[in-house]
Amino acid sequence: MQTVNDAEEQLKFDQRIIDEQKIEPTDWMPDAYRQNLIRQMSQHAHSEVIGMQPEGNWITRAPTLRRKAVLLSKVQDEAGHGLYLYSATESLGITRSDLIEALQSGTAKYASIFNYPTLTWADMGAIGWLVDGAAIVNQISLQRTSYGPYARAMVRICKEESFHQRQGYEIMTVLAKGSAEQKQMAQDAMNRNWWPSLMMFGPHDSDSAHSGKSMKWKIKRVSNDQLRQKFIDQTVPQIEELGLDMPDPELKWNEERGSYDSGEINWEEFYQVINGSGPCNYQRIKHHKKAHKEGEWVREAVRAYQEKQNAKKQTNVA
Amino acid sequence: MKKEKSINQEHLSVYEVFIRSNRGLDHKHVGSLHAESPEHALMYARDCYLRRSEGVSVWVVNAKDITASQEEDIANFIDPMDDKPYRHATHYVLPDNVTNM
Repeated sequence: MQTVNDAEEQLKFDQRIIDEQKIEPTDWMPDAYRQNLIRQMSQHAHSEVIGMQPEGNWITRAPTLRRKAVLLSKVQDEAGHGLYLYSATESLGITRSDLIEALQSGTAKYASIFNYPTLTWADMGAIGWLVDGAAIVNQISLQRTSYGPYARAMVRICKEESFHQRQGYEIMTVLAKGSAEQKQMAQDAMNRNWWPSLMMFGPHDSDSAHSGKSMKWKIKRVSNDQLRQKFIDQTVPQIEELGLDMPDPELKWNEERGSYDSGEINWEEFYQVINGSGPCNYQRIKHHKKAHKEGEWVREAVRAYQEKQNAKKQTNVA
Repeated sequence: MKKEKSINQEHLSVYEVFIRSNRGLDHKHVGSLHAESPEHALMYARDCYLRRSEGVSVWVVNAKDITASQEEDIANFIDPMDDKPYRHATHYVLPDNVTNM
């Protein structure tokens, strides 16, 4: 039930959103705003963490020591980004164990792209370039999101993310200018990752379940379709530079719109993968559960050490 | 014989003061003060540090509660990993035609 006080607070909240003021953790906020943020931010955090798996797959098989060091650093960054985002989400009054439970039980989602396998080394190039590229386009817009801790986490993440895309493009450049087989490998990885990268921006604006409210509350600042178009427009010239064939034959410059036209995404595939039937969904969550369980002894050791320290302190005091 | 003190300050703690100049920004350290309690520290911080629209929010933290690194140990404590330049975007040379990355 809404009380008179809630109604007043609601007005204040609405005005803050209108005035482009950030909402901070101790402010009153509508419950639906809080829940919407928890959903979006935790999904973002889970994506960072699950996203380590497809790339982690190639760390031990990187073609050179330099490539291995770069990939290791990148995956390490993603773990840190997950931590920033979990912490920011926790400022909304939810616990880490609740968040992990939601991920492992399938209640919470993560970016569907990470449910695809990384078949060749070229996938490391395509992921850095396209997947991180798409994520950056989205995250730049989220630097202006209305929730303070989320906006500040985005600023930090965007700053660190800048090398991820470039190392991916560097891998693609080397392969695309290499032997015929290498070029083919680059082409194949781009073709496979192109559509799932476009799907990262979510359903069309007209079909997006959460978009309306998120835009009204300024959690989202730019619509799914606009972000997707921005990504396509900036990426096509990069494909041309690599000298690869377009992954979508319908990609054509539209003079009138000042943008590239493109083919339709296979939405059936998108919903299948999001709802659990992608090639690697089962494997990703299974691995997360395993890693989480195997890490239990570390958490247990930290707890035991702290208990010992506390007991020591008490003895000293007595 | 007990020595009389006109002002006894030994019961006061040092509080560090942090101010958020505007919504959406981080709280930044601005200085410190002595106070009897966190509640008093907050009022003193207001009276001392927030007299010219410096901010919209203030935090006070008992200096005792801050765990800090030691300047002289910093080389052992923080590794800037300068030997890993590939962790920076500027390490990668882009073709001239590629902008927007």
